[in-house]
Amino acid sequence: MGLIREIGDTLVAFLRALGSMAMFLGRLLMYTPAGLLRFRLVVHQVHNAGALSLAIIMLSGFFVGLVLGLQGFDLLARFNSENVLGGAVALGLIKELGPVVTALLFAGRAGTALASEIGLMKATDQLSAMEMMAVDPMKRVVLPRFLGGVIAMPFLVAIFTAIGIFGSWVIGVAWMGVDPGVFWSQMQSLVSMDDVREGIFKSVVFGVAASLVAVYEGYTAWPTAEGVGRATTRTVVITAVSVLILDYMITAALL
Amino acid sequence: MRLAAPEGNLIELRGVCFRRGDFRVFDGLDMAIPKGKVTAVMGPSGTGKTTLLRLITGQLKPDAGSVRVGDYEVPTLTLGRLYEMRRQMGMLFQNGALLTDSNVFENVAFPLREHTRLPERLIRHIVLTKLHAVGLRGAARLFPGELSGGMNRRVALARAIVMDPDILIYDEPFVGLDPISMGVIVRLIGRLNQALGLTSVVVSHDVRELELVADHSYLLAEGRVVASGAHRELMDTDSPLVRQFMHGEADGPVAYHFPARDYGDDLFDRDQAHR
Repeated sequence: MGLIREIGDTLVAFLRALGSMAMFLGRLLMYTPAGLLRFRLVVHQVHNAGALSLAIIMLSGFFVGLVLGLQGFDLLARFNSENVLGGAVALGLIKELGPVVTALLFAGRAGTALASEIGLMKATDQLSAMEMMAVDPMKRVVLPRFLGGVIAMPFLVAIFTAIGIFGSWVIGVAWMGVDPGVFWSQMQSLVSMDDVREGIFKSVVFGVAASLVAVYEGYTAWPTAEGVGRATTRTVVITAVSVLILDYMITAALL
Repeated sequence: MRLAAPEGNLIELRGVCFRRGDFRVFDGLDMAIPKGKVTAVMGPSGTGKTTLLRLITGQLKPDAGSVRVGDYEVPTLTLGRLYEMRRQMGMLFQNGALLTDSNVFENVAFPLREHTRLPERLIRHIVLTKLHAVGLRGAARLFPGELSGGMNRRVALARAIVMDPDILIYDEPFVGLDPISMGVIVRLIGRLNQALGLTSVVVSHDVRELELVADHSYLLAEGRVVASGAHRELMDTDSPLVRQFMHGEADGPVAYHFPARDYGDDLFDRDQAHR
């Protein structure tokens, strides 16, 4: 009996959190047209979120590309088809690894920074003070940060993917001796525009999810040191899980 | 639009009830804040002083009763009208609540930049005047983290008056200040009220500092106003509860001990049922 009740309670709590996050997103989207007009605030946040994550995303992208090059070459060489390495790596990066890994890194770097920044502003009454100055913190603080993350994500994904492909080129062509002409032409013939669109679509969805979780957790954080800490942790955990679930759902729907 | 004030009271609370869970914070609270005066709201910790402020500013809604500020009936306002009302109010938070990622100048300029399209020269002019009024014009380029607690509060005060409000609300302005900063704040409250023609509400439990600034005082306890009048009158009152608070006596109607079971039973962990 107790177990069933506990499962029920957890489920209800989960649905409630999902609902309140959806309403939060609704409010943000409602404010978005006006928010985009305050262009400088948004650009500042694009720079914040993008620049914060750029170094870690470039470095990770390169190493993911190196590993894909090694593993891909090893696997393909067993079928004497190492020539398709370029295409295989590019497909994997564009459709899956680029958007997913970038979103996970973004959550760890920019997402936590956003959540703790907003949470601390709340804990130190800065958000209340804005309300008292007749400035809506949703519009002034939360919205630009959300939009900044959403806009930055596709660019970060593109950079990650490009550097990953370069990493696999280093392994495949420069080290293992795959013919460069074959490497690139295989990539060109294997990857269709639909694959690229799938990657872009995913990067936008993950950008919305990762930014939403971060600003929501910060804004609803308990206004204490412990609450802000919890919000940061939850940002990473919830983003990671929801990105992986969303990835499965999108992939299943598109294939 | 300026706030109109019928009968000379700028803020009026009538029969306000507010519950937090099962706990009644206010149960039929009546209060009137006269225009142009400094009104003190005192009370022991936990009597809902901050809640009262949040009711006046519309951050909380009462369960029953009316909260009127000027012509605005606060609990019924839409968010847009609420923000319209708040533009005519300034509030000083306990810790200042300055934006930590902007310097002093930008903090004071913040409301101007959000609500007006004034040219940069004029903004500079207004901000420096307000900073000069609180004696911190020289600190304009510093960041909140580089200031002392008292200076933080003075910057917040400059920010609170930058839009020339009609009402200025102070939430515990004396807490955690050294005697000099305390004296500065006390002087500023009185001077600003007079010079700017403000109506000030000071929520605090520092009886001695309030004596220097308050024209009129309210004492809250157990969800109601238990005494009100000129500060001096409250000091000389016969009511034991008011006396205890105003003179800081440790025991009295507000018991020194938190309600507990019998001392001996508790020490030896004797359960009453076993005896």
